[in-house]
Amino acid sequence: MDKKYGVYICTGCGIGDALDAQALCGVAEEKGLPAKTHAFLCSKDGVELLKKDIAAGTNTLVIGACSRRVNYDTFSFEGCIVDRVNLREQVVWSHPRSEFPALTDEQKDDGVHFDRLQMLAEDYLKMGLARVEKVDLPQPFKVESLSRKILVIGGGMTGMSAALDAANAGYPVTIVEKEDVLGGHARQWRAQLPLGDPYDRLAPPLVDAKIKAVMSHPNIVVKTETVVARIAGEPGEFVVTLKKPGEKIEFDVPYPLPDEMKLDEKGNELDAEAQHKKYMEYNEGKTDILTFDPNGELFGAVILAAGWRPYEPDEGEFERFGFGKLPDVVSNVQFEEIAKKGKIVRPSDGREAKSVVFVQSPGGGDDADFAYAGAVTSLVSLKQAKYVRSDFPEAKAYVFYQHMRTPGLSENFYKRIQQDPGIFLSKGEVVSVSQNGGGLVVEADNTLLGEKIRVHADMVVLATGMVPVTKDDPVINLAYRQGPGFRDNALFDDYADSNFICFPYETQRTGIYAAGGIRRAMTVEESMEDAAGAALKAIQCLESVNRGVSVHPRSGDMTFPDFFFQRCVQCKRCTEECPFGALDDDERGTPKPNPTRCRRCGTCMGACPERIIGFADYNIDSIGSMVKAVGVPSEDDYEEPPLRILGLVCENDAYPALDMVGLNRQSYSAEVRFIPVRCLGSVNVIWIKDALSQGMDGVFLLGCKHGDDYQCHFVKGSELADTRMRKIGEALSSLALEEERVAQFQVAIDDYDKLPKIINDFVEVIEGLGPNPFKGF
Amino acid sequence: MTQDKAAPASQSIMVVGGGISGLTSALEAAEVGYEVFLIEKNPYLGGRVAQLNQYFPKLCPPTCGLEINFRRIKDNPKIHVLSMAEVISVKGTPGDYAARVKLMPRYVNENCTCCGACAEACEAEISDEFNFGMGTTKGAYLPFEMAFPARYVISSQIIGTEDAKRCREACKYDAVDLDMEERQITLKIGAVIWATGWEPYDASRIDNLGFGLYPNIITNMMMERMAAPNGPTRGRILRPSDDKEPASIAFVQCAGSRDENHLPYCSYICCMASLKQATYVRERYPEARIYIFYIDLRAPGYRYEKFYKKIKEDENVFFIKGKVAEVSEDVETKNITVVAENAVSGEKIHQTVDMVVLATGMQPTAAGMDLPADLKLSAEGFFINDFEKGGVFAAGCANKPADVVSCNQNATGMALKAIQTLVRA
Repeated sequence: MDKKYGVYICTGCGIGDALDAQALCGVAEEKGLPAKTHAFLCSKDGVELLKKDIAAGTNTLVIGACSRRVNYDTFSFEGCIVDRVNLREQVVWSHPRSEFPALTDEQKDDGVHFDRLQMLAEDYLKMGLARVEKVDLPQPFKVESLSRKILVIGGGMTGMSAALDAANAGYPVTIVEKEDVLGGHARQWRAQLPLGDPYDRLAPPLVDAKIKAVMSHPNIVVKTETVVARIAGEPGEFVVTLKKPGEKIEFDVPYPLPDEMKLDEKGNELDAEAQHKKYMEYNEGKTDILTFDPNGELFGAVILAAGWRPYEPDEGEFERFGFGKLPDVVSNVQFEEIAKKGKIVRPSDGREAKSVVFVQSPGGGDDADFAYAGAVTSLVSLKQAKYVRSDFPEAKAYVFYQHMRTPGLSENFYKRIQQDPGIFLSKGEVVSVSQNGGGLVVEADNTLLGEKIRVHADMVVLATGMVPVTKDDPVINLAYRQGPGFRDNALFDDYADSNFICFPYETQRTGIYAAGGIRRAMTVEESMEDAAGAALKAIQCLESVNRGVSVHPRSGDMTFPDFFFQRCVQCKRCTEECPFGALDDDERGTPKPNPTRCRRCGTCMGACPERIIGFADYNIDSIGSMVKAVGVPSEDDYEEPPLRILGLVCENDAYPALDMVGLNRQSYSAEVRFIPVRCLGSVNVIWIKDALSQGMDGVFLLGCKHGDDYQCHFVKGSELADTRMRKIGEALSSLALEEERVAQFQVAIDDYDKLPKIINDFVEVIEGLGPNPFKGF
Repeated sequence: MTQDKAAPASQSIMVVGGGISGLTSALEAAEVGYEVFLIEKNPYLGGRVAQLNQYFPKLCPPTCGLEINFRRIKDNPKIHVLSMAEVISVKGTPGDYAARVKLMPRYVNENCTCCGACAEACEAEISDEFNFGMGTTKGAYLPFEMAFPARYVISSQIIGTEDAKRCREACKYDAVDLDMEERQITLKIGAVIWATGWEPYDASRIDNLGFGLYPNIITNMMMERMAAPNGPTRGRILRPSDDKEPASIAFVQCAGSRDENHLPYCSYICCMASLKQATYVRERYPEARIYIFYIDLRAPGYRYEKFYKKIKEDENVFFIKGKVAEVSEDVETKNITVVAENAVSGEKIHQTVDMVVLATGMQPTAAGMDLPADLKLSAEGFFINDFEKGGVFAAGCANKPADVVSCNQNATGMALKAIQTLVRA
């Protein structure tokens, strides 16, 4: 676009009192750009001024006023590039004149004194001017053939529910189910846990009604005895190959080459083509991920509802309960199957089971429930105790638990069970189960019924957990270079869960949303709710793709990464580091972008050593030019020139925190220049090198916490930045620059009270090191 | 389905309540492409979670997710936020409702730049409800630093006083409008999501637990505010009677919950909340001892179990299975003695501590309310969803007690139920 610039300085909110606004205008005018001031730019009158200029052709506005976090709508103009120079929160509010005094007339231009605050403001304005020169208005990315069809993997209660929810919103759905019938585990249930108010009684299973609704729905196609061989492509146009379970076909998903196979005999890494050759051998009989199945079916988004399987104990793991040896000791899943068939009878001899002990916790000195239990197994024990009682009026059921986990309104069901005089509920640890004549003897310690008790039982039921099927198999079989499954499931005990409390559907694979037992042990009620949420996210994803915008967390962002392939050196870093697996490289290592998998964090841009990746409004040059716009005074300018330090800050958390420092009128060093970045993962080391080579004295990054409980909205950004910073340290020492000149600090958004100290401490470290020896060159 | 399509069906959704559930429903629906009106009675969005210091089990600040959500609102012209607003009535049928909404005066208009001059000029201090009355705030105030909308409020308590005039005069931007009056508007909408959330159960109603009688007994929500960096004590946990750093704290679980005289159900979050708050104390006071009195420790699921396990490893945290029967105060030291019966051994336990935190539960905001819409409430005050009928849905803790993750899952799903109504209509 043909840019016509306009620079506007607001003098309200103390800006005009602390700064020389005319001098700021001079900064723009020196570049030949028109600049205006206004005492209250966000007022109607101020906005009118802007609108008049826009009507007269101005389309690129640099507004020096408050933070972009506020007045976002006031200063948003269709078809215009707008840069908000944060003169209020980051300059005048966090650098009071009392601490950073203005110059007296005598001090001006004396070669000794300088006005730190005015310099700060002028630098920020220059940075804003530099940025708008280098950015463009984004054009949306459109896929060629958008499919609005949704694939649901798994035909259990969650999958069927998700399918119905999406179909009832007008979207065509295909369910694939590996068994020959729909229904999953629910088909084996005699009764269902409470589904709604008053949450105190069992309900007849919903499964048959669900199956009927699914089968008769005009928008739903059901494919039983079918699994996913591979999902290739990207949201909006996934190319899916389906197959019969157990079949081996050429479009089975290939697996990435294990790291140890990427090396030659000497332990050196093989080149891309040699690796590709090995990878094809390793995946013999399968086509590469970049070859799309010509008969594949197009889908827009995927719901993963493949559910769970019963826990399988290790050899001897439940020995003290006689599990695996004593036929009348069963798991809760086995017990449910028995109950489904009719009155409860013992597996050993078919005799009626009139005394049943339910074991809630494996014990052994620990009060944890069985693995993968959630709150579900507590509820299931109560349900099954009720079966025993309703089958035989004289029967007794014992539930030994460490913690009865019936959270929320499911407490109502627990209370109702407590009223049954034939159900004994007690905290306690079951220490052994043994055969005694025709029955079992259960020994329990520390119960509410006595310190050590023995119960004669016909059966013992272990409340074992629900293992997500993703523990055994990737299930989604993504034809992605990073591999076929969700990444980092180990963090979630192999569930396909999200790390985010606020955004529970966000995973590292765009367009694929997990629901139900595959992501946490859930009751049917919870699973059905979760299914509705996953269906919404799937619909939202494909509608976002249709509009050419990003999904969470940069929802609505129209930019996407653009690659200048002529200069690609096939280093594969972008492909490997993208938290969302958005890139697939070919046999030579050239990345193939899949823009609708992308979340626009810019991690690829940060990773690229050739700096060939960028976004319309955020790229190597735009940030690099901001860095270069910072004035670095040397001894030629002042006797004792001030330090210049660059701070690259995560715009999601650290930048708002900095605004809070200003809002609270806390102050920090005026030698630091901040640049917000989409994510620390997008920080390219060239910016740091540029800063240091132009004489800046130090650089620091402010971003989110990493580790298992990472707070990075792009999962890996702050962690990757940390790794890169450690590597840059080595590069610095080779330049005879101290490693301490570059640092990264982890801050949470509510750490604003700590920020001034973090900043000032870093400045102090740099002061200790002295000025950058490259200054003035 | 053959339905009369003659009536002009609205393609917009009204979400009532701007806490985490309402925000989620509103954003998820808007990002599909629907117009959403988000109605919030407070002057700010975020609801209960805005008052929390950290979430369990990640120990991350809720403002982190809120800020992303606020940014999603800023970037999405399809969402219209109405703060200080209350729904008076909803009339109509699924796909075609008219809602009357009352807009309370903020006495500050869109000219507000958040400069803070009004608060500086205001002399009157009012009770700080955001901090549960611990401390005061100026009569002109910003509810909290990261509040959205970022705009000051003039409390109706100072309207008509000299202070109000001072605020007006202090504002250089003509943002203080003391003549602002309550007004009403009508919204045409196709579906409604109620996400009116919960209130902390009034602990003073639990006679045997001494809240309100003894200053060193506080509630878990008060603890959140104390621990928050923007709270009344700037993140320091101090006992109210003498601002002393507590050397020992007892957590009383099920304070009102699982109790037929109060809340008959389990409030879902209090066990995890106390475990989390134990980390607040342990982080600040490495020597402090913590006693947690519980009936059942409800830390279900792999994530919560892991967190509980970590806390159990702390040798300064003691878990006692037993319900607290009574508390008493030492008149001199103001220490509190907690009396409970160990459920397993039957032994009576007397534990004297510097401070007690009552793990009070959640009561649905709608309990005892006159419902402005065609909705059914359970005996406890939770909304009962009728998916067959559709049109109006409840999300989050308005529907049942739940943690933030479950609320967000539920609220996302309810956005789809609302959309189904619009598609069908």
